[in-house]
Amino acid sequence: MRNRSSLSLHIPQPKYRPGEKAEFSYVNVPKAGTVERPPSDAKAQNITSLAYSLIRVLDDEGNAVGSWDPKVNVEMLRKGLRAMMLTRAYDDRMYRAQRQGKISFYMKSTGEEATSAAYAFALERDDMCFPSYRQQGLLIARGYPVFEMMCQCYSNARDPVKGRQLPIMYSSRENGFFTISGNLGTQFPQAVGWAMASAYKGDDRIAAAWIGEGTTAEGDFHHALNFASIYRAPVILNVVNNQWAISSFQGIAGGEQATFAARAIGYGLPGLRVDGNDFLAVYAAAQWASERARANQGATLIELYTYRVEGHSTSDDPGRYRPADEGKSWPLGDPIERLKRHLIALGEWSEARHDALNTEMVELVRETQREVEAIGTMEGGARPPLGTMFEDVFKEVPWHLRRQREQAGG
Amino acid sequence: MPAMNMIQALNSALDAMLERDPNVLIFGEDVGYFGGVFRVTDGLQKKHGVTRCFDSPIGEAGIIGAAIGMSVYGLRPVVEIQFADYIYPGYDQIVSEMARIRYRSAGDFFVPITIRTPYGGGIFGGQTHSQSPEALFTHVAGLTTVIPSNPHDAKGLLISAIESDDPVIFLEPKRIYNGPFDGHHEKPVEPWPKHPMSEVPEGHYTIPLGKAAVVREGADVTVLVYGTMVHVALAAAKEAGVDAEVIDLRTLIPVDIGTIVASVEKTGRCVIAHEATLTSGFGAELCALVQEHCFYHLEAPIERVAGWDTPYPHIFEWDYFPGPKRVADAMRRAVEA
Repeated sequence: MRNRSSLSLHIPQPKYRPGEKAEFSYVNVPKAGTVERPPSDAKAQNITSLAYSLIRVLDDEGNAVGSWDPKVNVEMLRKGLRAMMLTRAYDDRMYRAQRQGKISFYMKSTGEEATSAAYAFALERDDMCFPSYRQQGLLIARGYPVFEMMCQCYSNARDPVKGRQLPIMYSSRENGFFTISGNLGTQFPQAVGWAMASAYKGDDRIAAAWIGEGTTAEGDFHHALNFASIYRAPVILNVVNNQWAISSFQGIAGGEQATFAARAIGYGLPGLRVDGNDFLAVYAAAQWASERARANQGATLIELYTYRVEGHSTSDDPGRYRPADEGKSWPLGDPIERLKRHLIALGEWSEARHDALNTEMVELVRETQREVEAIGTMEGGARPPLGTMFEDVFKEVPWHLRRQREQAGG
Repeated sequence: MPAMNMIQALNSALDAMLERDPNVLIFGEDVGYFGGVFRVTDGLQKKHGVTRCFDSPIGEAGIIGAAIGMSVYGLRPVVEIQFADYIYPGYDQIVSEMARIRYRSAGDFFVPITIRTPYGGGIFGGQTHSQSPEALFTHVAGLTTVIPSNPHDAKGLLISAIESDDPVIFLEPKRIYNGPFDGHHEKPVEPWPKHPMSEVPEGHYTIPLGKAAVVREGADVTVLVYGTMVHVALAAAKEAGVDAEVIDLRTLIPVDIGTIVASVEKTGRCVIAHEATLTSGFGAELCALVQEHCFYHLEAPIERVAGWDTPYPHIFEWDYFPGPKRVADAMRRAVEA
């Protein structure tokens, strides 16, 4: 007999399950302002510690501190706050519309609004975004009308994608928002290719892409990092680590052994780990990476550390796999509350103005919903013409689809 | 015998096999503690332990590649791909590896893997939660492809799949998980317990792979279907007033040619229906087989009813789905020709 011990198979487990009291003392939250901002042309191998720290700007009192403070003007902050509040009001309304059977499906971004909204301000209008299905905040912050978004969710006659996609699968070339796929991670190498094309053409535009931490397990994540590194593509690759991929905690995606930002190190890319609930930190990191990309220094991987407050989608039931109050003890707070506190600390905002803005956003969404529902919902009303089902499969409709369109009565 | 829906029957098959064979293990996205997004693995981790039924990362190529490695060691992995629409990142591992390992090693290695995956439309899932990709597997040499249409068969076929020494693609028609949906989306679906095939024995039993079932005997026309379309075809036969012989293929490859030929020789007419897109669908293969084997018995052109050749359109779900009206029209055309 060989004197060897038996192996055993390791299966990662989250710390808390339903019925247990969640607390996050194991999450290392450094004080805001303690991580130094290197110049944006720093060599990737000299800044690997950024992949294991947490870039934070807003402290508990709402002050912006440290070298990552982007020192942006107050007007932009108020716009950012408005975009996040409109996103939340929109999410709440659409969630309810799904529960009422008016739309088939919905996915909220509650608690993660900063990971999208801040980018709209850090990027140029003609930069291209390759979003996942939780970046509605980006479209809203870029000024895309809530009316169009809602018509998409309702698949009605005014739906810009003609009723072909699930709710939330928006597409808007005009707003630099690539058509969303329901399959995970496919947009990551696509964003790299778009950025390579900008470099090929000698333009100055950059790309940005978003996936969740769960999707880093897909091959496409690794293809993207590899291509981005090899060709120094001007792209910002974001991993929104919201802790949960449906029911799987981030350990199932490989978060036990290393941070997601640290995936960059092996590819020779800078990896930044950022407080995703801190609008200013997200903005500052995006700005750093964008500066670097525009200077032809290539790609950056950014882990946006946050928490998925709601279920994965309206089809999910998070009470089955995580403690109901887990989100309440999340140590990084709420992005809207934190930006509000900052603006108040600056003397540029008040609780009264905040409440008024919130009412305005809720009203705007409600009013828009009335207009949209007058056109059509899942339950009835005006839909795109039936024959459109056979269009856009190819540029021209070939004979067999013309025949099928006739058979279908379109 | 307890009455079960499809989900409970599949769960019961997995439970029986975990109990019976320590080499059987289950993994896939969300299948562990949560029990899967459709609840098929509900309670199995708790009962059999975390190493017998566990969550995998979101990486279908990894899931299937790892299953191959495990099966080479002697395990019998049963992996879940959350939706058939998500299987494509794992396609290379399926087509170039899993399907051919026995052949390329001349039997030196073999990979007894079962890939379970929900497929099909009818749930307003849009183009990434509704596809029927069975023809992408039936076209590949070395893959057994199975599709059950009721709880009793689902359990027996899944156990046969797990016990098979060859890899099996086990496609679960998600629209009939909770009841035998017949395409009449305007009416509520009767739950499974009212259906005779919801009676599912406890413990271990098998339904042989490669054997079709004649679910309705008839003289006028043979109807070849599988999955949800079995129930659509039965409703269509009733509504068309046609004495149809409805054959539930159950296993697509190897297909039960004997049952098909015997029926078409009797009826002289044939309708084929599936949810998948028409062009190069499995119906095309069935059509070719029927004309090769039964040409001199055919009295009418073979009819095919299928999904249109477009991606699955969200809002036009019921214009796209080959429902009972389209199937009934095809039966009438076949009978009246």
